[in-house]
Amino acid sequence: MTTTILQLLVAGVGTGSIYALIALGFNVVFKSTGAMNFAQGEWVVMGGMISALLFAATSNIGLACALAVVIVIMAGIASERLVIWPLRRPNTLLITLVSIGLAICTRSLVMLVLGKKPVGYPGFSQVSTLVLGGVAVQTQTLWIIGLTLAFLLAMHLFFERSMLGKALRAAAADRDAAAIVGVRVETTVMLSFAIAAFAGALAGAIITPLTLSSYDQGAMFGFKGFSAAMLGGVGSLPGAVVGGLALGLLEAFGSFYISSDFKDAIAFTVLLLILFARPSGLLGRADVIKV
Amino acid sequence: MLEVDALSAGYGHVSVLHRISLRVAAGQSVCLIGANGAGKTTLLRCLAGLLRPSSGRILVEGNDIAGRSASARLDFGVTLVPEGRRVFAPMSVRENLEMGAFRRLWPRRDRRVEADMDAVFDMFPRLRERLNQPAGLLSGGEQQMLAIGRALMSRPRLLLLDEPSMGLAPRVVQDIFAIIRRLNQQGISILLAEQNANMALQSAAWGYVIAEGEIVREAESTSLAHDPIVRTAYLGL
Ligand SMILES: Nc1ncnc2c1ncn2[C@@H]1O[C@H](COP(=O)(O)OP(=O)(O)OP(=O)(O)O)[C@@H](O)[C@H]1O
Ligand SMILES: [Mg+2]
Repeated sequence: MTTTILQLLVAGVGTGSIYALIALGFNVVFKSTGAMNFAQGEWVVMGGMISALLFAATSNIGLACALAVVIVIMAGIASERLVIWPLRRPNTLLITLVSIGLAICTRSLVMLVLGKKPVGYPGFSQVSTLVLGGVAVQTQTLWIIGLTLAFLLAMHLFFERSMLGKALRAAAADRDAAAIVGVRVETTVMLSFAIAAFAGALAGAIITPLTLSSYDQGAMFGFKGFSAAMLGGVGSLPGAVVGGLALGLLEAFGSFYISSDFKDAIAFTVLLLILFARPSGLLGRADVIKV
Repeated sequence: MLEVDALSAGYGHVSVLHRISLRVAAGQSVCLIGANGAGKTTLLRCLAGLLRPSSGRILVEGNDIAGRSASARLDFGVTLVPEGRRVFAPMSVRENLEMGAFRRLWPRRDRRVEADMDAVFDMFPRLRERLNQPAGLLSGGEQQMLAIGRALMSRPRLLLLDEPSMGLAPRVVQDIFAIIRRLNQQGISILLAEQNANMALQSAAWGYVIAEGEIVREAESTSLAHDPIVRTAYLGL
């Protein structure tokens, strides 16, 4: 009984970490543009599929994943420069619409270049399962949790300690005021796309050994991450973590105790409930503003 | 210090400023008075690089900066304290001041920034007490102090102030104007836009009157304060 619960807990935190990464991507772009970027899920797919391609070529998982992440970051930057930046001072609805177009284009490109077949590669450790205190745990799940933690810590330090991270927060808080102090606001938007692509690609690269990766999964990843972001509170970085973990755990326990057919409906149910009951999300609150 | 020459600007097809010309000599304190919607904010936004003028020149110490980006203006020593203060509400007081020195901290770190921050705290001791509070939780007067302090962190030679008295209690307005006079005494040139003509004319040496996007009068503040038209239209006398 307790082993089952522990096993579900670990699995839930594992998937939850992936959702947290994707939600973080949504939130970072939301903070800098005020819009939801629906290409986020495609970057997850790209992270996984390019890693697989590079692994086939190099047989080195670490190198393949690292290179894939770099490539996807560059794709994120290119996306911003090609479709968002030319809009100049766009409204949020326009960015959202353009991001849907970007998602569709990205998916077609991925399908054309990388093919339609699901691809994968082995986990990062030789041993695939460990037994910890009677609980069998997939080592890849531990990698997922560990790498996600490291990424979140790095992001936290970036936003709280580095001048560039503070400039991003400042531009998100007040574009004009940021320009007045000398921040190039368009550059911060580009940087937020780079960070979002980084988070998405990392998620794709670390989940692929467990699930395989194929060109058409982007919408599903995007939807799960979006739901997690809404659940935690749009634009809140800790909210992405809370929302991601909550959604991962709900899915793990829900699919075990209710039905595994129900798994994908859980995100949708959660999304609807949060929209009705608490649109600002679990951690969301009105920003501190006093006039 | 600053010479504006036949500057025109607007929003989209609506033109707001019509061939504005004005001067601020080095070390001088100049005010710009005008009613609601006269174009004061529009002019200061042009000077700070937030709005591109449609024609005209902006000379700072002889360099035409009209085509330069907002961040480049800081390198010419021009810094704006915007209307409505516009502090970074979710960020702490300290972070707001750091952001004021952004150009001096990124990409290379200027070691004198810490000392400048201490100087700002000496000028506004209330800010030191609230060092780690989010700026959005400060009172209106404290936010105005922070907005001025943030601007000072860039080491301006010309400070543009857009209605620093807006929405503040008379006592606080007195404090803010005292600070502005002190900054001017320290050698910073001042261009101050105000609806509060009374206070503005008391603290500046020279004044311009702007109406419907045009400069309609200019004179020494003392004589402007006695101008019958200014007295009825802007001083309510
Ligand atoms: N973003 C904008 N888009 C279009 N028109 C604008 C915009 N901002 C200001 N205006 C117009 O430009 C004119 C000048 O406005 P501006 O804000 O410069 O006046 P102001 O002198 O600063 O007034 P106030 O004392 O109320 O701050 C006004 O007619 C205003 O309606
Ligand atoms: Mg104004």
